[in-house]
Amino acid sequence: MKGNEALAEAAIQAGCDAYFGYPITPQSEVLEYLAREMPKYNRIVMQAESEVASINMVYGAAGAGFRAMTSSSSPGFSLMQEGISYMAGAELPCLLVNVNRAGPGLGTIQPGQGDYFQSTKGGGHGDYRLIVLAPSSVQEMADFVFLGFDLADKYRNPVLILSDGAIGQMMEKVTFGHHVINKTEKPWATVGKPTTRKRNYITSLHIQPEEMEQHNNKLQKKFDAIRSNEVRFEETNTADADYVLVAYGLSARICHKAMDLCRQKGLKVGLFRPVTLFPFPYDALNKLADNTKMMMSVELSSGQMIEDVKLAVNGKVPVEFYGRMGGMIPTPEEIVQHLEQLIQPAYAN
Amino acid sequence: MQTEELSAININTLPALACNPEDEYELVYHRPATMVDTTMHYCPGCAHSLVHKLIMEVVEEMEIQEKTVGVAPVGCSVFAYDYMDIDMQEAAHGRACAVATAIKRLMPDNYVFTYQGDGDLAAIGIAETIHAVNRGENILIVFMNNAVYGMTSGQMAPTTLTGMKTTTSPDGRTTEMYGAPMKISELMAQLPGAYFVTRQAVNTASAVRHTRKALLHAFQYQQQHKGTCFIEILANCPSNWKMTPLETSEFIADEMSNVFPIGDIKVPKGDQKIF
Repeated sequence: MKGNEALAEAAIQAGCDAYFGYPITPQSEVLEYLAREMPKYNRIVMQAESEVASINMVYGAAGAGFRAMTSSSSPGFSLMQEGISYMAGAELPCLLVNVNRAGPGLGTIQPGQGDYFQSTKGGGHGDYRLIVLAPSSVQEMADFVFLGFDLADKYRNPVLILSDGAIGQMMEKVTFGHHVINKTEKPWATVGKPTTRKRNYITSLHIQPEEMEQHNNKLQKKFDAIRSNEVRFEETNTADADYVLVAYGLSARICHKAMDLCRQKGLKVGLFRPVTLFPFPYDALNKLADNTKMMMSVELSSGQMIEDVKLAVNGKVPVEFYGRMGGMIPTPEEIVQHLEQLIQPAYAN
Repeated sequence: MQTEELSAININTLPALACNPEDEYELVYHRPATMVDTTMHYCPGCAHSLVHKLIMEVVEEMEIQEKTVGVAPVGCSVFAYDYMDIDMQEAAHGRACAVATAIKRLMPDNYVFTYQGDGDLAAIGIAETIHAVNRGENILIVFMNNAVYGMTSGQMAPTTLTGMKTTTSPDGRTTEMYGAPMKISELMAQLPGAYFVTRQAVNTASAVRHTRKALLHAFQYQQQHKGTCFIEILANCPSNWKMTPLETSEFIADEMSNVFPIGDIKVPKGDQKIF
C-alpha cells in the first residue's frame, strides 16, 4: 500500500468517525481513499471548500465528541493553523496529518521537512503544542494513526502525524489487525444538554486575564505531562558509536543506509531517530552525547531540528548538519561523504 | 402617570400588598426556561439579547433543548453560550457554518443553528456560509445584520450602508471604494440548497413577532430535514450607531430597511409567508 492509503485505512480501523479534507499533492490519496471507503462504514467524509473549512469542520466534529481528522500538505496545512490553535485552546482531540512538501510558498510537490518549526513549536498563535509523531515507514503511517487518536483523546489535544511526500507516496507492505483502540469517554462533548447535567460549551475564549492565565497554566501542565510520558525514539548502533546521525522520517531511512555504509568502512556510526518530535527526546540525546564524539543532524531543510539536537546535547559534543532543500533528496553516499569530510581532520583521534 | 409623579413616590412608604399577586394575576410572560438567569453584557437597546430570547423561546416551545446545539461566532455575541442554556460551540471568526456542518452531519437528529454577525458571516466567513447553504446543510443560520463590526467598536462591514460613517469610513462609506452594501440574503436565496430565506427585524413589536415566527418555522423545517434556513435580522446597535435605542429602531424603519427590504425572500412552495 501507499503510505497515504495505509494511513487512510488505519483511520477507518481506528474508529475515525469523520474525515474532512481538501485536495493537495502529495496527500490527495488520503481524501480519495476515504471518500471511497468511509461511506461503506456509515462514517462521515467530506471534501470541504478549503483547508480553513476542513479544520473547522474537524473542530465541530471533535467538539461533539467524535473521532475526527484531516490531512493536508504544507501550504494547506499553513491555512489550518488558526483552527489548530483554537482546537488546542478549546482542548479538542483530533488527528492531523501533514504530508510535508518543500517550501516556502507554493514550493514544490516533492518531499521536504521544512515544516519542523511550525509543527513542533506551536504553528498557530498562542502558547500551545501539538503531539508530533514522525513516521519513517508505511507501517508507521498506519500505526501512528491508532496511537495518534488514542493520545489525542487521552490528553484532549490535537496530535499531528508529520510525514513527507516520500513516505506518503512510497509503497511498502503493511499489516493491520494487531492494533488496540483505547476510546475515551467524553462527557464534555456538545451532544445536546439533557436535564441531568449543566450545559457543555466548547470555547477557547477566557476574556478575564486571571482566568486566561489559569487556563494557560492548565495547558502547560498538560504539555509537561506529555513531555514526561510520551517521548518516543529509536536508537540503532548507538552503544559503541563515535558519531551519531540524528534524523527523523524519510531522512532517518536514508541515514540508516548511510550508517550501514559507514560501518562497512569501519566507522563507528549510529543512528538516533526521534519518533516524537514533540515531545523531543532531549534527555536520551543528552545521555548519548556522553559517549559520542560528534552528532550530525540530517534533514530535508536548512536545519531546523538541529536546534533541538543542540539544546539536547547542551554543548557536550559538536553538532553538525547536512541537509538538502527544494525537494531534493540526499543519497546515503552524499551523507557518508559529508560525514567523512567532517571527521577528517576535525574529529580524528 | 407623569415622570415627576413617579420619582416622587418613595417605594418604602408604599402600603403592603393586600394579597399575593399570584392569586390575583395570570402569568402572561416569563423568561424562557432555556435561558440562563444572568445579567447580559449587551448594551441597552442592543438586538442580541432580544433575538437570543426569541431563539430560546422557540427551543422551549418545541421542547428540543436536549437536542439543540448552537454555534456562537466571534463578535458581540461570542458569549451567547453564557446565556443560552443549551450545548454550544464557539467557532473561530467566520467559521460557524463549517463547525455546524460537521455537528449536523454527525448528529442529523439534533437541531443545529449558527448565530453570526455581519463581519463574521458576510466578510471573513462568506465562503463557509455560501458552501454550507449550497450543500443545503440542514441547519439554521441566524444572521444578525447591524451593518458594523460591533465588538471591535464599530468598523465598516460589508453591509454598512452607503454614506454611513463608521470608525474605518469616517467620511462615510463610498461605493467607489468599497462597493455597495452586500445583500447577503438575496445572495443566499440564489443557492438551491437554501430552503427558507427571510429578512426580519426586531425594531417594533410586530417585527419581533414576525422574527419569532420565522425562527419557529426554521426549526420546524429542520425537523423535517428540508435544507438550510437563513434568517437575516436587522439588528439595532445604539453604541456603534451613536444613537439612542429609540433612534436605532427608527433608523431601521426609515433607512436600513430601504437598502435591506424586510420580508421573505425564498419561501417553500405552498407555505404561508411570514411577512
